[in-house]
Amino acid sequence: MKYLYFPGCSLKSSGRSYEESLLSVLKKMNVGVEEIDDWNCCGATNYMAMNERNAIGITARNLALAEKQGKEDIMAPCAACYMGLLKTQKYIETEPKVKETVLTNLKKSGLEFENTSKVRHPLDIFINDISLDTIKDNVYAPLKGVKVACYYGCQLTRPYATFDDQRDPQSMENIVKALGGTPVEWPIKTRCCSGSMTSTVSEIGLRMSYLILKEAKDRGADVMITACPLCQFNLECFQGKMSGKYGENVKMPVMYFTQLMGMAFGLDKKELGLHRMLSPELSLS
Amino acid sequence: MTMKSTQNNLPLQEISHESDLDKNFGKHIAKMAHGEKLFGCIQCGNCSASCPMSVYMDHTPRKIIAMIRAGFRDEVLSSKTIWLCASCYNCTVECPKGIKITEIMYALKRDAILTKNYPKGFPIPILSRTFYNEVKRSGRINETSLLMKYYFSYNIFKSLGYAALAIKLFFTGRLILFEKGIKNKAGLKQMLSSSKN
Repeated sequence: MKYLYFPGCSLKSSGRSYEESLLSVLKKMNVGVEEIDDWNCCGATNYMAMNERNAIGITARNLALAEKQGKEDIMAPCAACYMGLLKTQKYIETEPKVKETVLTNLKKSGLEFENTSKVRHPLDIFINDISLDTIKDNVYAPLKGVKVACYYGCQLTRPYATFDDQRDPQSMENIVKALGGTPVEWPIKTRCCSGSMTSTVSEIGLRMSYLILKEAKDRGADVMITACPLCQFNLECFQGKMSGKYGENVKMPVMYFTQLMGMAFGLDKKELGLHRMLSPELSLS
Repeated sequence: MTMKSTQNNLPLQEISHESDLDKNFGKHIAKMAHGEKLFGCIQCGNCSASCPMSVYMDHTPRKIIAMIRAGFRDEVLSSKTIWLCASCYNCTVECPKGIKITEIMYALKRDAILTKNYPKGFPIPILSRTFYNEVKRSGRINETSLLMKYYFSYNIFKSLGYAALAIKLFFTGRLILFEKGIKNKAGLKQMLSSSKN
């Protein structure tokens, strides 16, 4: 099993521990990855707000580079990159004018593009290719008694993903169960964390993220897991600020789902990037 | 022309008259958003109800659709609503008429940028522009460079509130100061369309 890996910008900086834990967990399960050579930014939401053709164009460049490199599926762990790649494929399929411009532009830089790759999120790959049984087989320290709030955020399941439900996804819950933990029932797991608004209109952004943490705490979660570097950053790095601003302590361990997997697999803290985290540590006893 | 009501010393309220409206605005936006069926909107309000940002918006998404159709061009384009859309796609999934409201919000953002109608001094369009230029420059986003440039354009003093966090990120190896960007910058530049949209 091998995948073409599209990390995206965050996984090389503030979200490094997502990359570290993902690659460690995959290695443990004997799954190979090969980074797409010279990939560029997916454009996220900001780029689409400025120029549509170029937003589709730069993402299509990544898809074209992947095609050039191999026939394997693309693995995109960042929710924004994942959604952006799927959106680009959809645009190319349904908007002939956009397609024409994009293909002409790609050709200018010597790239052919046939739109044949399959774009997958690691959650999809873990459940549908690797299987929950294989995950179970790798568990070394079961998460006995650990209550986990699985937070998906918005763009991971909406609007293009087909591997899980758009309102009430279960992929992470199933993984938590396979690890021996207990997923917490909560209704706002696909509610938006506000994205980059924590640094633009912080009075709104911080409140949106605060509500998510508070709900998870109220429901008795010991830890929250995420699958998007921006959700993770908002929910992990502003806990002190939010607790002060809203007069309620919402500090709790927030980590990537791959880090929790790695802990249950008995992997080293450093391999999982746990030494980089700013939220309280989850202790497994 | 928009008139301001001063009758009975009531708080000033902006009033638009029929003659102020841009009758073609609906069609124009529908085209920019690729034939979006906004004229099929039944004003049910599922979009506003499912939108986590609607409570913070100056006009709710349902109202924005009604305003686009009626031709309130300037009011729509200069609203904060379109920039507060975080692209979470809740409305798109919930709309019973299959209208891709998130794409309409993107089309409005682009039109506001093109016609320079976006709310001046509002931070979100400034971040979008900075982001766009950063990708054009290096092909990838370096978070440090992006945020420094954004705060320089918006308000440098606002960055001070994040200094403590930046230091923590630096010492945990999560704040990368320099990023080389992609190898084939020339190729990327070559393929960026010069067309504005």
